[in-house]
Amino acid sequence: MPKYTFTVNGESVTVDAPADLSLLWVLRDKLGIRGPKYGCGIDVCKACTSHLDGEAVNPCVVPVADAAGRTVTTIEGLADGDTLHPVQQAWIDHDVAQCGYCQPGQIMAAVALLKSNPNPTDADIDAIENVCRCGTYARIRQAIKSAAATM
Amino acid sequence: MARSTKESTGIERRRFLTFLVAAPVLTVAADLSTAKTAAAVVPSPPAVAEIADIGDLGILVGLPTAHMIVIEVTDTVRLRLPRTEVGQGITTAVAMLVAEELDLPIGAVAVTLEDARPELLFNQLTGSSNSVRSLYDPIRHVAAAARGRLLAAASTLWDLPTRKLHTRDGAVVAPDGRRATYGTLTAAAADRTLRTGAAQPKPESEHTLVGTPTTRVDARAIVTGQVRYALDLDVPGALPTMVRRPPTINGSVRSVDNRAAVLAMPGVVAVSVIPTGVGVTAETFGQALDGKNALEVTWNRGTVDDLSDSDISAKLRNAAPRFPAPNPLVQTVDADFEFAFVSHAPLETNSAIADVRADRAEIWSGLKAPIIARQTIAAALGLPVDRVTVHVTQAGGSFGRRLFFDGALEAAQISRAIGRPVKLMWSRIDDMRHGRARPASHHKIRATMALGQVLSFEHRVASVETDFRHGIGEILSAAVTHLPIIGNLAFSQALFLTTIHTPYHFGATKHQLSEVPLKMHTASFRSVYSANTRGAEEIMVDLIAEKMGKDPVAFRHEFLKNDRQRAVLDAVASAGNWGRPMPDGHAQGIGIHDEYKSCTACLVEIDARDRAEPRVTKAVIAVDVGKPVNPRGLEAQMLGGLTDAISTTLRAGLHIDKGLPLEGSYSQFHYARQKNTPTDVKIVVMPAHGKPGGAGELGLPAAVGAIANAYRRATGTTPTLFPIHFPVDFEPFPR
Repeated sequence: MPKYTFTVNGESVTVDAPADLSLLWVLRDKLGIRGPKYGCGIDVCKACTSHLDGEAVNPCVVPVADAAGRTVTTIEGLADGDTLHPVQQAWIDHDVAQCGYCQPGQIMAAVALLKSNPNPTDADIDAIENVCRCGTYARIRQAIKSAAATM
Repeated sequence: MARSTKESTGIERRRFLTFLVAAPVLTVAADLSTAKTAAAVVPSPPAVAEIADIGDLGILVGLPTAHMIVIEVTDTVRLRLPRTEVGQGITTAVAMLVAEELDLPIGAVAVTLEDARPELLFNQLTGSSNSVRSLYDPIRHVAAAARGRLLAAASTLWDLPTRKLHTRDGAVVAPDGRRATYGTLTAAAADRTLRTGAAQPKPESEHTLVGTPTTRVDARAIVTGQVRYALDLDVPGALPTMVRRPPTINGSVRSVDNRAAVLAMPGVVAVSVIPTGVGVTAETFGQALDGKNALEVTWNRGTVDDLSDSDISAKLRNAAPRFPAPNPLVQTVDADFEFAFVSHAPLETNSAIADVRADRAEIWSGLKAPIIARQTIAAALGLPVDRVTVHVTQAGGSFGRRLFFDGALEAAQISRAIGRPVKLMWSRIDDMRHGRARPASHHKIRATMALGQVLSFEHRVASVETDFRHGIGEILSAAVTHLPIIGNLAFSQALFLTTIHTPYHFGATKHQLSEVPLKMHTASFRSVYSANTRGAEEIMVDLIAEKMGKDPVAFRHEFLKNDRQRAVLDAVASAGNWGRPMPDGHAQGIGIHDEYKSCTACLVEIDARDRAEPRVTKAVIAVDVGKPVNPRGLEAQMLGGLTDAISTTLRAGLHIDKGLPLEGSYSQFHYARQKNTPTDVKIVVMPAHGKPGGAGELGLPAAVGAIANAYRRATGTTPTLFPIHFPVDFEPFPR
């Protein structure tokens, strides 16, 4: 089986995996990184949203071969040690989560949005497609706006 | 178990016994077995649900075992909670109750989810919006008893009377400033010979934490990705497993035609046949999924292969008896409504870990009724119940779905079949097509009016049978729901009558449920019958008001039954600026709902210029739950109910086509996303009074009515089929 080397949350890793195995299952099943969640496997629910070289991607549809030599950040790698990313802190301040299952993906999507668009409008926030089945959208919107104000 | 203190709550109607259940660590439990309930005062003319709702019944059957709620005091305090956390915030609410009684920071209280314990009988079921209602008194009494023992231990230590001592920040404090932390007192407090006085919960007037908005206790764990759902656990050797399922509901395996080829695929470890399909176990879920998709299986027919939506609609229309010709001497309003099937669609699909050995089994899963799960799995494996351990994990949403434990049972069957531990995960497509759903329903409603009064209101509901075969948590009651004739249908009638009541003085009021038993996978969905039944009634209320020439808010104000209901109505009408001018294609709408000793009003504004993509742009909700334990969590529940209502009223449902739902993912089942939800949401929590009522399901029905009414006022068209915009706008996945 081929080997692929890439960086995850600041650490270099090498995995044996078929080229077409999705990054989601490499992270979860081979590396034990469980923050990114399975919700659909076809890039429509966005629960697994993580960053590849700083851009939001959905690892459920990224073949592991595409990650070779690149940098992956999952929710576990977002905080700076014990210091939370401002988006994570805003999520706590607004008590966004209910079941929490989609929230790692929601946070990673919001971080990516704010990186490219530091002052998003309501229409910009509407463009985030991540499903929250608990229906926390109003608090997600507030949290993104307050994170934008503090960053 | 030594009986240590005996308490009376004085003027309150319940008596509590608390028990010291273990030493040397202080472990206290409370017994409500001597509790007496006051005779209900029967209002007239009441609906059943106004006298004793399903939550009251849940509290009653749970009373004999409520003493199993256990608190352990060491350096920290741990509550073993016989409920599950699925996002509703129960772990935060109960941590607040314990922290309040023991004068601890909430961070010093750990709440763990109790394993399935059959001795808890009816007291380990999470549902019916009943967790806070049923636990509010017992938990406060257990915690007060623990505090009483800690005070007594300090009293002995310092030779001071307990009345001179108090508790603060996790320590007993003496008048001279000496402090003894709970951790240093726990052994002495657990001494069975210790004499303690009566320990009462604090008067509610002295609460400083309960009733204040509090952030979830697991908020930081969630935002850092540290919460462990079932499949995030590391169980040694447990291998990823998925199940290939039949092309129609309840189909079964006739033959697996390419087993060897699939076993030869990369990473595939085992192929197994179980009653519901073919399991593929592999080194990763990606490989299990590839194996599942590559399987060639010959299937036996399912149970509803010939049924499609049109057939089901016809059965439902016929099952709800027609009204006779209207009486010409009175005004009559008739309306029919239909609601499609709706997937619960929690974001974490059905999943479980199972480690089954020859003589024992261990299961991990997010379960709302873990006792029946444990008993059924034991029976399926041919093991004594005490050889099966069922751990309850935090779950990624439920909305009623996790009352059933089909994933846990399948995991156990596959682990037994292949002789190794497995992690079972349903694909999203399977979760929507073979998972459970809120059943479709048909509604015929008639109201008659004369002389400015509503004389009668009758609602005939026909619904595909809702499966209640999870019972109320343990196999004795589940067995009853399996019996023909008196079984599930009797249970559903009881549930219907103990949840549905119309909060208006509409004269002679009658509700009737006719169930159509189809062998499909259904389950209670948030607010069970109320979302459709009461949602439809709120549309009807607007139709009646219009017929009588009255404004929807003014009409409701006149006909609502009590001041609590009028207060939430007034609150949203005021905060939502009811009646403000709206541009063409925009409108306001209002709805009310009352259940489980709580009531709520919802006012929305809708932009329906594009009828295919109407958007609720603003929502104002007022909520009265009697005593809100955590107003912040309560607001979250109302927000969830609102989003469910937006979804199921406007766009989200399942099409049944030849025995299978067509929808297979969120690209097809249109649960709301950010762009479908209001940018302006205001939730008003009414001031505390009385005891806690239910909250988890409350928000949905009023919002369904409000959204449908707003749509009607914006478009001039009365919606009667839900969801309103429901085309098959996708290419279905292969069966």
